[in-house]
Amino acid sequence: MALVLNEEQQLLKESVKDFLDNKAPVSALRKLRDENISDYDDTLWSEMIEMGLTSLTINEEFGGLEFGYVALGQVLEQTGRNLSVSPMISTVLMSTTFINVLGNVFQKNKYLPEIAKGNIKICLAHQETSHFNIKDINTKLKVDGDSYVLNGEKHFVIDAGISDYIIVLAKFETESNYIGVILRSNSDGIKINISRLLDDRKVGDITFKNVKIEKESVIEINDFKLLERVFDISSIGLSCEMLGVSLEAFDKTLAYLKDRQQFGVTIGTFQALQHRAAKMFIELELCKSVVIKGLKAIDSDLSNLNEIASLAKAKLGRTIKLITNEAIQMHGGIGMTDDIDIGFYIKRARVLQQTLGDYNYHLTRYAEISGY
Amino acid sequence: MSENNKDDFRIKTRKWLEKNCPMSMRGKTDDIKELFWGGENTSFTSEDQKKWFEAMYHKGWIAPQWEQKYGGGGLSILENKILLQEMSRLKCKQPLISFGISMLGPALLKFGNENQKDKYLNEITNGKIRWAQGYSEPNAGSDLAGLQCKAEDKGDHYLINGSKIWTSYGDMGDWIFCLVRTDFEVKKQMGISFLLIDMKSEGVMTRAIKLISGKSPFTETFFDNVKVPKENLVGELNKGWTIAKYLLTHERQMIGGMGGDDEKFNPREIALESFDLKDGILPNPILRNELSEYEMDDKIFSMTIERAIDEAKAGNESGAASSLFKYYGTELNQQRMELIMSLTGSSELIMDSEKNKNGYIAAKFLRSKGNTIEGGTSEVQLNIISKNILGLPTK
Repeated sequence: MALVLNEEQQLLKESVKDFLDNKAPVSALRKLRDENISDYDDTLWSEMIEMGLTSLTINEEFGGLEFGYVALGQVLEQTGRNLSVSPMISTVLMSTTFINVLGNVFQKNKYLPEIAKGNIKICLAHQETSHFNIKDINTKLKVDGDSYVLNGEKHFVIDAGISDYIIVLAKFETESNYIGVILRSNSDGIKINISRLLDDRKVGDITFKNVKIEKESVIEINDFKLLERVFDISSIGLSCEMLGVSLEAFDKTLAYLKDRQQFGVTIGTFQALQHRAAKMFIELELCKSVVIKGLKAIDSDLSNLNEIASLAKAKLGRTIKLITNEAIQMHGGIGMTDDIDIGFYIKRARVLQQTLGDYNYHLTRYAEISGY
Repeated sequence: MSENNKDDFRIKTRKWLEKNCPMSMRGKTDDIKELFWGGENTSFTSEDQKKWFEAMYHKGWIAPQWEQKYGGGGLSILENKILLQEMSRLKCKQPLISFGISMLGPALLKFGNENQKDKYLNEITNGKIRWAQGYSEPNAGSDLAGLQCKAEDKGDHYLINGSKIWTSYGDMGDWIFCLVRTDFEVKKQMGISFLLIDMKSEGVMTRAIKLISGKSPFTETFFDNVKVPKENLVGELNKGWTIAKYLLTHERQMIGGMGGDDEKFNPREIALESFDLKDGILPNPILRNELSEYEMDDKIFSMTIERAIDEAKAGNESGAASSLFKYYGTELNQQRMELIMSLTGSSELIMDSEKNKNGYIAAKFLRSKGNTIEGGTSEVQLNIISKNILGLPTK
């Protein structure tokens, strides 16, 4: 398991970089925000589908490319660098992984080819309070004749407003086992309330009131470890985006240090700034290592994926905070203005930090896994 | 190397080691001073140690990757890696600890002439000559290129006057490789030469330096009108700085990697020995946090070493990596020793009890403070990164 990309993955990384640099730079996010007409750019999404980006982690038998998570990670790193807005996280990372890991053959056949073709978007509704915690689920499924009804509330559902389907993490009313329920987002009894986030993206609060559920829509989860695997994979995917955000914020800051003149010299000559820049560089090198390790661990099915995932999300959480803070500080006054892009990076960073558990959550989880 | 050849080499190596490595030469080493260092001032401490050294020497595995004519084994990178893996699997002790192998050897192989390679490399591998390093001076620490120990051209020899400091085990060395000033008129980096000096020469004297840990692994070395034959110059006159930088890269990697895999100093094990868990959790939440934070960084640092090796194999080597590893590895080691001192409380503050090997951990803790100074301070490493990798301007 060498911690380097193969040629195919390297090529994908480069072509996605060229594509997003062109089609979805930060100015595109700025435009989405200022015009406030749609949540994402549909033309961009169509081109991403055409490039095969929705089918990277789907097996060939379900119409996918079967390139694996190392490949998906390279795409997410680039969407992080450019702050590109698309349904990649909700549909391709989280929901596809949920179905890949937990779905039965019927469900895989029904949804995966449609995701691969780009015909549907799916969001994953799991969180019920202000913090990520899959151990505390109060959304319940009740038997109702031949079918079921679903009741509960979900928060912070990424892309809830644009998805065709919702996967809901729930429990049977009488059992402690977890289940997933996949349903159309326009089903009767569903109310979605959309909010704009700090990073100008949209999430939804969803209420389920006596929503009728067919038996075939229930995804049974017999092993809690497999449910954890879904979120571990997703955490590693988010870490890739966080790496991209951090790398780009650092590159922009470094360029500024080489350009900005004060006291008659370039501010990059000051050792007070040089040493901080060098430390950020070192932290980023460590981040690259844990991210590639995580991606390879998913594709090679390593048994300690939970440990690696928490290490990755914790490390990236701490580093992205350091780097975006330093980015603002080193840019000085101009960094506080909306005129330049650096502010978009700290805003995206804080949302990514909270999504699926922050530094504190994952470091605590790591300690638990380690037996202390 | 095909997979078949690889497996074949591994099996042969394993069998050979199992047969030739005496049981007493396997297992943990408490103090590297117990190992065989070679040279005229040291002898074998046991018959097994002698047997083990000689077996490895005849196999060519004292310096496995050097050519056979220099007493090496001519192994490829991959074969060497397999050998190291098999040695660590059996917990074989190193047959010879030598700055000749880790530092002077690589410099001679790259910059030395044929005569020098023939003469000195063989005496390193056969354990006859123990080398010391003469780089730093009392007034040339971080500013190493400012060194003043001078070598004057006297026709058929150089005349050396000055002193060196932080010579590891200088009192035990037979020869010393030194950076000396051969030109005072030019930019400081351009007037340095790399010289090999016999420590038995008239005018060489050493004095032990006592450290805060109570130990004396270093000496100061004085040169008073010492005559050195001209053939002992390595590389070109006034081009010694290039060799020095090359060797410092090796040294940094060595220091950066120190102590990382020492099972005895595993903070998690020490934590679990020192405290009873409450509901499976360490009772002190701040210590628990410190421990998990240390482990996070330690594990990810190991992954970074793993990645650097894989990148190098794939041909994507980055020259600046050694500064990164030196900086992070030593900072991490200090953090680990601080954590262990917290976890062990008052028990490791006692210095005269057999129970804790007379303050063994406290001595290690104190010694670790030197890690971020020797081989280029942490601040110097950050300077190198900011200049050479990040391209930040100096003026």
